[in-house]
Amino acid sequence: MDSEEEMYDESEEEEVSDDDHNMVMEPEVSSTTATYDSQDETYPHEVLSPEMIVQHMIDCIKDVNTIVELPATITRILLNHFKWDKEKLIEKYYDGDQEKLFAEAHIISPSRRGQASGSSNQVSVSSTTRSTRSRAAATGRSADCEICFSTLPTTVMTGLECGHLFCEQCWSMYLTSKILHEGISETISCPAHVCGILVDDATVMRLVRDQRVRLKYQHLITNSFVECNRLLRWCPAADCGRAIRVNYVDSKPVTCTCGHRFCFSCAESWHDPVKCFWLKKWVKKCDDDSETSNWIAANTKECPKCQVTIEKDGGCNHMICRNQSCKADFCWVCLGPWEPHGSSWAALQRYLHYCNRYMNHMQSLKFEHKLYAKIKAKMEEMQKHNMSWIEVQFLKKAVDVLCQCRQTLMFTYVFAFYLKKNNQSIIFEDNQRDLEQATEQLSEYLERDITSDILIDIKQKVQDKFRYCDTRRSVLLAHVHEGYEKELWEYQGSL
Amino acid sequence: MKELMNLETNPPPGIRIRSEDCDAFNEWLVDLKGAENTLYEGEEFQLLFKFNGRYPFDSPEVTFTGSNIPCHPHIYTNGHICLSILTDDWSPALTVESVCLSIVSMLSSCKEKKSPPDNSLYVMKAGKNPKKTRWWYHDDNV
Ligand SMILES: [Zn+2]
Ligand SMILES: [Zn+2]
Ligand SMILES: [Zn+2]
Ligand SMILES: [Zn+2]
Repeated sequence: MDSEEEMYDESEEEEVSDDDHNMVMEPEVSSTTATYDSQDETYPHEVLSPEMIVQHMIDCIKDVNTIVELPATITRILLNHFKWDKEKLIEKYYDGDQEKLFAEAHIISPSRRGQASGSSNQVSVSSTTRSTRSRAAATGRSADCEICFSTLPTTVMTGLECGHLFCEQCWSMYLTSKILHEGISETISCPAHVCGILVDDATVMRLVRDQRVRLKYQHLITNSFVECNRLLRWCPAADCGRAIRVNYVDSKPVTCTCGHRFCFSCAESWHDPVKCFWLKKWVKKCDDDSETSNWIAANTKECPKCQVTIEKDGGCNHMICRNQSCKADFCWVCLGPWEPHGSSWAALQRYLHYCNRYMNHMQSLKFEHKLYAKIKAKMEEMQKHNMSWIEVQFLKKAVDVLCQCRQTLMFTYVFAFYLKKNNQSIIFEDNQRDLEQATEQLSEYLERDITSDILIDIKQKVQDKFRYCDTRRSVLLAHVHEGYEKELWEYQGSL
Repeated sequence: MKELMNLETNPPPGIRIRSEDCDAFNEWLVDLKGAENTLYEGEEFQLLFKFNGRYPFDSPEVTFTGSNIPCHPHIYTNGHICLSILTDDWSPALTVESVCLSIVSMLSSCKEKKSPPDNSLYVMKAGKNPKKTRWWYHDDNV
């Protein structure tokens, strides 16, 4: 276990002072009462810093080791083999064929260790020797390294329990190449051809002296620990580096210390009211169709009949080629004849309708931080004009609500896209339209120049509007969730 | 390079390194003879090995070259070879010699001379470097 200590005590600096997010105007994490954001509290989760992740991994290993009593690095490989499911590992370890288990995990069973290292006939995985050359036979005090062909003293030859020996320098270059160039950590095997025995952490740390490579190795190991572990997920925010830990997997929102709020199940930003399944389908569709959308948004195309380049600046999609000898009558979107328009055109129009609205909210949310900065400046300005700090807080609250509404609206368009029309879907669309309108009005109020003269007037308006938005948002979400419970929603294209 | 000298001084039957055409650190040309009692008996082929700076930790780029490309279910007419040890199953303990022997044995076990089923499509689309192709290894027993 010493090796484990040694391995991790040199993990990099960190951590994260609170300065990371001391932005005064940070959007607060759900203080609105009785909205659906309170789901956060019903789903317990813990934020792990990079050190805590490593510690958690070591704890998992120790935990298992109190039972199975194997070297720590062996336990890590085994745990990784079982995707860090401790119970499953212990169950298989005691109920099954241990030899088979070790072979499947590509390690040499500890019971066979130590016997005649250097001999090859004990390898449990296939040990088919490769070419014609003989293996590094330790003839007396020197041996041939099969990688660099040097004849070297046996003291610098080393290998794993499989008995394949190579010189230390070749080992180091081999491991470096795997770690640095191929980005592999969990599945580095013995360099001998067709030998699948995995390299353990202790060996890597012993043979690689370059700090940069060691660090990269540790990163890779932690990364695979988090990615394999069902109960852990990296915070998807750029450069965050923290992970979220839960006790059970669910599609519920989790909030990282960096402020990012996302769905634990699918790692997309929290997407209430749409379900992970449909969102995933939607995101894929958008990716697949991005070429189509770009093409539609393009300003120049060729006339389908005479191939002359046509430029379009706004206006409707009914095009008539300007080329006097052509004058083709066609649709800009599909480049087909204007009459008649087929059903594929309708489907495309429908998709674009939802996609545009979805994109619109997504774009606006990207400028969220700019809006907060702008409002902050406004609030400071107002405080110079005889307004107290307390009196101007409504503006920040208004931006909070605006962002929440945009987030919700964005995903309602995904939900709506796959929804089949019925009585409930009509109510839903009314709710959606209402919220959309109110949200855009609120946004407009906040964009306006607020001078101290109109302040009293505008304050009332803004407050009324954001309260209205907040209520409408709760109503919409409550309705969708009720629909889920009572199975009122029908989907189209469930394919 | 020790490997080059080894292969020059005692080459296995049917394999001859063209040392005069070898740039010791980047490219090697190797002559292969089709083994006796196989479909390729009497034929001669040329293999081109290209090494990058990370050899032997990274695999060499190996293609058939010259006027005679063997007609074989795992060899494309542009000289690319579908053989797992050249990419996924590469090991630094493999050598030019062992690669040549693998290829000879692949040729020897061939029962019918024909090009890979997707040959024309592949050759049309493939780049120069076969290592950039995601290979789905054809059944090695063919
Ligand atoms: Zn060596
Ligand atoms: Zn081995
Ligand atoms: Zn985060
Ligand atoms: Zn989700």
